[in-house]
Amino acid sequence: MKIGVLALQGDFREHLVAAKSAGHAALTVRRPEELAEVDALILPGGESTTIAHLAATFNLMEPIRDRIKSGMPVYGSCAGMILLADRIIDGSDGQETFGGIDMTVRRNAFGRQVDSFESDLDFQGVNLHAVFIRAPWVEEIGASVEVLASVKTAQGSHAVAVRQGRLLATSFHPELTGDLRVHRYFFDQVCTGAIK
Amino acid sequence: MSEAVGTARVKRGMAEMLKGGVIMDVVNVEQAKIAQDAGACAVMALERVPADIRAQGGVARMSDPDMIEKIKAAVTIPVMAKARIGHFVEARILESLGVDYIDESEVLTPADFENHIDKWDFKVPFVCGATNLGEALRRINEGAAMIRSKGEAGTGDVSNAMMHMRKIGAEIRRLSSMREDELYVAAKELQAPYALVKEVAETGKLPVVLFTAGGIATPADAALMMQMGADGVFIGSGIFKSGDPATRAAACVKATTFFEDAKVIADASRGLGEAMVGINVADLPAPHRLADRGW
Repeated sequence: MKIGVLALQGDFREHLVAAKSAGHAALTVRRPEELAEVDALILPGGESTTIAHLAATFNLMEPIRDRIKSGMPVYGSCAGMILLADRIIDGSDGQETFGGIDMTVRRNAFGRQVDSFESDLDFQGVNLHAVFIRAPWVEEIGASVEVLASVKTAQGSHAVAVRQGRLLATSFHPELTGDLRVHRYFFDQVCTGAIK
Repeated sequence: MSEAVGTARVKRGMAEMLKGGVIMDVVNVEQAKIAQDAGACAVMALERVPADIRAQGGVARMSDPDMIEKIKAAVTIPVMAKARIGHFVEARILESLGVDYIDESEVLTPADFENHIDKWDFKVPFVCGATNLGEALRRINEGAAMIRSKGEAGTGDVSNAMMHMRKIGAEIRRLSSMREDELYVAAKELQAPYALVKEVAETGKLPVVLFTAGGIATPADAALMMQMGADGVFIGSGIFKSGDPATRAAACVKATTFFEDAKVIADASRGLGEAMVGINVADLPAPHRLADRGW
């Protein structure tokens, strides 16, 4: 597959490396014509306000929304999760998203950088080591959204990995740990439609 | 479930999220909002931008916590703040305020002319300036989770930033070309720990994110630094000391993302109004050069 990584800002290089390591062609996407070339898209970690601002400035907002509506598989980590959310809490004034997953995501839900953490996590029965950086969590989901992993805090249990159809989102950054299992789950299960 | 905060991985990882972005100096809430709306990936909250520190002289210190907290409350992007070199109490104060990154900065008056802060001892990550590879690795050895080349802050003259990026790049390339048994002497010459020197020789890059700072005033300057291998840029006085900060800020963000596309940079460079008034670094007497602070 040709995997595009939205390369406006953030750790897109690490996602390019992950896609290549998993045996796929990986391309940067900064323009509508580059988006048209790819079979699936990864939205990297970074600053969601910056990425949304640049996507709007360079006319990527509607083309990405259109591709999502027509079934392109998309995986978003951290800022990417925010960008895939239909609704966000604690965004900046008027902050836009691409949307696609019927969920409400709370930005910086785990706190500021001093609260950023790494932790072991059960992802679909697999034990993962996950890195959370000023991470969001999923506050509320629609009926068609499947929760793949959760983290417990004093306020309760929060979804940190979800899937709806061919859209996958994680609060954490598998691209930072060199562990390809989440990326492979996206490429092999979500993109192929092996799971519905 | 084992859960750990303040690890090297989450500190360095935070800098990974800033890559490809512009971090802007702001002195009040209004400027912070302009920066965020223009697409800044973080702001540096401080009382005076380097150009004013330079003009007004005196001792430059950590900013008022009230001012930092107001900026934190006004924006959703990460907020950084500066502590003086070696001033670990200022750093503790900033950590307690919950700033997202501390810049142990030569732009402020150093508090210690021998030692930098022991940055491993903090949960909050630090960025430090460097003019060469040895200095960068000494800072990383002390726990810095991000490095910025120093340049000469508050001048609008990009030549020192260029010199420092070229120097760091050249020294990394030199290490990569050496035999393994030559790295011991290289470490001695760089005055840096052997383990870090070996890591750089093997990977061909710093173990942390490298931004550029000091003297960047135009979209072309930002793109130049990105082409020189910077992961992102700090713009201090260059934006809010210019005629039209909102437009210039947005233009620098565009040029940083599309740093290889001359057409986008050209479009971003149109109609920006007055750039900040520059000072040629060559005209600055040596004792007034900030980049020489830190060792």
